[in-house]
Amino acid sequence: MDILNEAHFRQSEYNTRRHFLKKCVTGMGAVTLGSVMGGADLFAKSLLPSGGGAGMPHFVPKAKHVIYLHMAGAPSQLELFDYKPELQKMNGQSCPPSLLEGKRFAFIRGVPQMLGPQSNFKQYGESRTWVSDYLPRFSEVADEVTFLKSVHTDEFNHAPAQFLMQTGSPRTGRPSLGGWVTYGLGSPNENLPGFVVLLSAGGPTGGKRLWGSGFLPTVHQGVQCQSTGTPVQNLKNPKGVDSKMRKKSVDIINKINELEYQEAQDPEILTRISQYEMAFKMQTSVPKVMNIDSEPDYIQEMYGVTPGKNSFANNCLLARRLVENGVRFVQLYDDGWDMHGAGPGGGVGDGLKRKCKQIDKPISALLMDLKQRGMLEDTLVVWGGEFGRTPMMEARTGKNFLGRDHHNEAFTMWMTGGGIKRGHTHGETDEIGYSAISGKVHVHDIQATILNQLGLDHERLTYRFQGRDFRLTDVHGNVIKDILA
Amino acid sequence: MSKYIYLLLVAFFWSCQNSKDNEISFNRDVRPILNNKCLRCHGGVKASGEFSLLFEEDAFGPTQSGASAIVRGNHSKSELYKRIVHEDPELRMPFDAPPLTQKEIDVLVEWIDQGAKWEKHWAYIPPKRDIEPPMIDSLSWAKNKIDQFVYAKMRKKELSPSPEADKATLLRRLYLDLIGMPPTHEDVENFMGNSATDAYEKEVDKLLASPHFGERWATMWMDLARYADSKGYEKDSNREIWKFRDYVINAFNEDMPFDQFSIEQLAGDLLPNPTEQQLIATAFHRNTLANDEGGTDNEEFRVAAVVERVATTYEVWQGTTMSCVQCHSHPYDPFRHEEFYQSMAFFNNARDNDSYFEEPKLFTYSDQNKKEVESLLAYIDDELLPEDTAPKASYLHREKEAVLTRLGYRVHEAESYYESSPFIELDESLSMLWQVQDSSWVKYDKIDLENITEIGFFASATIGYAGDISIHLDSLKGKKIGGVKITKTKELKKGDDKRNNTREFKAAIDAVGGTHDIYLRFFKGERYDGHLFYLDKMRFYEDEPRMDSYNPAFKQKLKKLAEIPTTSTPIIEELPEAEARKTYLFDRGSWLSLGNEVTRSIPNIYDIPEAEEPKDRLAFAKWMMSDKNPLAARVAVNRFWEQLFGFGLVESMEEFGTQGEKPTHPELLDWMAVRFETTHDWHVKPFLRELVLSATYRQSSDANVEKIEKDARNQWLSRGFRTRLSAEQIRDQVLTVSGLLNPLIGGPSVNNSSVDGGWTGVPDWAVKGDSAKYRRSLYTLWKRVTPPNEMLTFDSPDRSVCTSRRIRTNTPLQALNLLNDETFFEASNALAKQMLQADIDPEKQLMFGYNKVMGRTISDKKLLLLKELYQDALSHFKEEKAEGNFPEAASEKFGDEKNNLAALAIVANTLLNLDEFIVKG
Repeated sequence: MDILNEAHFRQSEYNTRRHFLKKCVTGMGAVTLGSVMGGADLFAKSLLPSGGGAGMPHFVPKAKHVIYLHMAGAPSQLELFDYKPELQKMNGQSCPPSLLEGKRFAFIRGVPQMLGPQSNFKQYGESRTWVSDYLPRFSEVADEVTFLKSVHTDEFNHAPAQFLMQTGSPRTGRPSLGGWVTYGLGSPNENLPGFVVLLSAGGPTGGKRLWGSGFLPTVHQGVQCQSTGTPVQNLKNPKGVDSKMRKKSVDIINKINELEYQEAQDPEILTRISQYEMAFKMQTSVPKVMNIDSEPDYIQEMYGVTPGKNSFANNCLLARRLVENGVRFVQLYDDGWDMHGAGPGGGVGDGLKRKCKQIDKPISALLMDLKQRGMLEDTLVVWGGEFGRTPMMEARTGKNFLGRDHHNEAFTMWMTGGGIKRGHTHGETDEIGYSAISGKVHVHDIQATILNQLGLDHERLTYRFQGRDFRLTDVHGNVIKDILA
Repeated sequence: MSKYIYLLLVAFFWSCQNSKDNEISFNRDVRPILNNKCLRCHGGVKASGEFSLLFEEDAFGPTQSGASAIVRGNHSKSELYKRIVHEDPELRMPFDAPPLTQKEIDVLVEWIDQGAKWEKHWAYIPPKRDIEPPMIDSLSWAKNKIDQFVYAKMRKKELSPSPEADKATLLRRLYLDLIGMPPTHEDVENFMGNSATDAYEKEVDKLLASPHFGERWATMWMDLARYADSKGYEKDSNREIWKFRDYVINAFNEDMPFDQFSIEQLAGDLLPNPTEQQLIATAFHRNTLANDEGGTDNEEFRVAAVVERVATTYEVWQGTTMSCVQCHSHPYDPFRHEEFYQSMAFFNNARDNDSYFEEPKLFTYSDQNKKEVESLLAYIDDELLPEDTAPKASYLHREKEAVLTRLGYRVHEAESYYESSPFIELDESLSMLWQVQDSSWVKYDKIDLENITEIGFFASATIGYAGDISIHLDSLKGKKIGGVKITKTKELKKGDDKRNNTREFKAAIDAVGGTHDIYLRFFKGERYDGHLFYLDKMRFYEDEPRMDSYNPAFKQKLKKLAEIPTTSTPIIEELPEAEARKTYLFDRGSWLSLGNEVTRSIPNIYDIPEAEEPKDRLAFAKWMMSDKNPLAARVAVNRFWEQLFGFGLVESMEEFGTQGEKPTHPELLDWMAVRFETTHDWHVKPFLRELVLSATYRQSSDANVEKIEKDARNQWLSRGFRTRLSAEQIRDQVLTVSGLLNPLIGGPSVNNSSVDGGWTGVPDWAVKGDSAKYRRSLYTLWKRVTPPNEMLTFDSPDRSVCTSRRIRTNTPLQALNLLNDETFFEASNALAKQMLQADIDPEKQLMFGYNKVMGRTISDKKLLLLKELYQDALSHFKEEKAEGNFPEAASEKFGDEKNNLAALAIVANTLLNLDEFIVKG
């Protein structure tokens, strides 16, 4: 029995404390315990390498970092990438009943009319990819990415679909993709969080729990950073405490804690000491990396940043800086893509065009910048919404503004870098872009592929909670082999 | 190295023991092999070859080949044996995996030859009722029987107990454990000065009687009840359910027996003539998420909530993971797929259906309003003509409604609709309709239209011709019986409350009579708008209402009565038989693919004779809390134990099944469970009293290398637990030691600096302003999409699902929170002021500060460090000129006092960050 117990103990120790010391801490940066571990060498062995969990990565990774650009609200694939001239011909006609039978939509009621693409398309690059005139700059780098034209999801409401996309489950309470990655791989930089979240144009409807750690230890929570004001909550000293005073007080806190350790011999105190050191370091390292003012003018110009303000462009540049400084997973959310046609600026015409303008320059700049720095080799970039839009028009408030309803059967995402093919298209939809006719991939397949590029087997990356082993992809998901370089 | 020798020794003893005792135990020896090596393919999810090792009848029943895989008493005839030793790797089991070790094979052979005796997993066997504490070789250490169990185990592990913690440390531990707050300076002084032998016991009794006791234990219960002030999902609308929290606080304070506490929460509505409190108790299961998003199917989310209630009930009371069984038979534990739905059938007949308004609800009054309602009703009662009297209703609010209805004063809240088109939303307090748009509609269920001639709509609008309301009978396109035009009521300035801008718009309606569903259809007026108008309530006017027979003063009283505000609490209410829902098995867990109908039943593993199967939810709850259930008492004592000792005796508090941890002290667990149930008759206070009076509890938490090497995680309890405090304990402690705490008990949730209202804002009923700032953390308004930050930082769950234990982490974000959080630094400033006032000697000020924070005297070495910091800070502030660079404590002060206060604030902030401050010690 004792042998079993011992084995079990080791398992649970690994899962909790040891796991924490070894990986979770590296999720937030590494432990600096080498010198102070002293007598408690019970844990010391596993402390120093700042890699991930036992046996991870499972195989040689192609990517070391991820930048995930999530367009919250779900952009219309039909105006951006999935060019459907046939749909244009059907513009204004009533929707064929075959498309409506047994279907449920978020807002469409009755028989809607078909809505042709509101933008113009042209083919670009060597790959002759069709891209919309809403994205003039991006069209120049279209050769860099792999388009997934037939992504589908189970959900047609924003929050559940965002949860499915980011946590593998439409209900809340599961760890997010970024959390799974730091859980699996740790983080290379000891002074920065391993998983950073940046928001622009408001926040996604799913809220903070989209980057929550779920049942994983809370160190795997995404840390929300801002390009305005204090970059991280509680990072700024309170009134009356400057950094000199802060350094002194952290120094005294740690000295008193060391005295406490000598009496209580609790190794947890040593961890606490290192966490205070890191907290102090973060107070300078985070604002430094978050300061885009220090970038040369031509870079700022290339991204189109507005220092001191909150913008998607700023966040793209920050994403590059964070990855450059060793952050494992950078998650961007840009809100405002939900074009139902509910009012002025809320349609797939001018409204969508204006949103595209906000991302067009920054995204192409990000891809070029990463490429020029040689970072695209090991940085996986993912772009997409939580679902797509219907080929039917949604007439929410009369016909003044043209909108599209939520659509989960087929939509477009793209990926690049980190071992993904360039200038490639995977999957095709029918002639009106309603459903996939080939290369259909599910959200779980996207997730399995992202993990795969990071050297993680989505079926083996598990965590035990409430008596069972959980996975990001639940019991689903296949790596999309066709898009791997 | 020494560790490996130890392991070898252990292995050696283990094998010796085995050879001495040839009797194979299924649970001890066989089950671990089956669980680890076989159940993946021969368990509840897959039964390859039609062979499963989960249930006895399947293990010995015929397999695909027709023969049984295990032949009792003869291993060589058993297919199981043949396959584990097969030479052909294609046929050898476990398939596609390394073969079993010789030792494992020997165990299985021996087991089969001895007759292949099957045993239930320990947790499904009821605890023995006659366990005697073991005899021990120490006469002096043990203070009660708990210690005998602990000591015996400790000796087996070659450990010895630690000395009792010093008085001050022990007192602080006791306070934090029993009431969740540290002792005050006076508490410490009194206790230190009391040398009576029962001084400690007296403190225990004092704390058990403290009204803060209920708050501390309610905090634990909130994670289990997944309590929150919002509904979750995308909208995360507010939910007024804080009365449930008050119920829990009171139950712990009154030492309500735990079985009663459980039964009231699970089935209070089914008790005979339930009290208001018993109905509020059922809100336990109204803490499920609800979805108000457009386009969602109410039935889908009603079902999701019911499924969640089953899983939560099993986790809270049975320590059993049932969510696996939603989709398929349990892979490792003896629960069959249909048994989940048989349990669900107990919960599936509740009336609530994921509607926006969250009916059914119980409406109650604040103490003050209650008196007013009672006196108004008494007045009306006195005045009533004989023909208007009727028997009294059982609850005050229902009585009020009955009286008003009888007299023809009928008001219907606009938000209490049954169904609506997309876009219709409620405001943040769920008290008005908004997002009324062109062509949107709402439906009200079963409205009595007898004698009604007019409907008054109380609306608020800022558009000249805002829109029209048209009233339809029985269906959306049913007969229009009336309509009214809504026009501008008043221009609203920023900050104006739209509810104070309503005016009544009366619509005459056709005489219809009888009870009908009515539909209100909304149309734009002069233009489209996202919010044409707000709708607060409707008044139904009768032709010659009874109230017209009374004088104007009487009618005035009716109006007053109608307008007294209420508190609402969603509750569970069983549907009557005529409307009862049927329960079906969901194929693979999907509510869209229904299997066979199932009837209410308890899983077979619990051995309930068919005649004794519970008939309804109440009977189910009573079974749970009866001695026929092997688990509820064990699970409960394990929870209380964990709160005091940092870890449960079964560490996996949520899972007592085969995949959970084994108890470290099985006899102690069972002995306590039986004792809690019988001797203490489910009373929590005497049970906790026994725990904290034990010598085990009182041990010092100081460790040494030997103890850490032998028992790093202190499983064998040879020292106290140096557990990091919970998020709530940390903040409450900061507020207490700084003197900021507002100790008010109970009431609505409060809006403080860590609250983020999210999309749907802070509801009206939340407490705001200064009185809300420094209440205990238990009362912090909890929005599910944006939970309070410092709670999550210190490992609290987000309250979406029931959570049995918090995994404690240790992160830089926690350090940043303690160093820089707004409230925490306000506490530093407050503490600094007290330190300054305590003495004129700076050194004494520092000593006072430490004492205030830690409840004990500072050591010389630590004092030296504090002095160093203080001097450093003092010279820093002496150089400082700009007002903005001084801590708040020093603002509007001058000269030395200013600098001293500023330096003390730095020291206070440091004290509140010490490791010893945020652990129990």
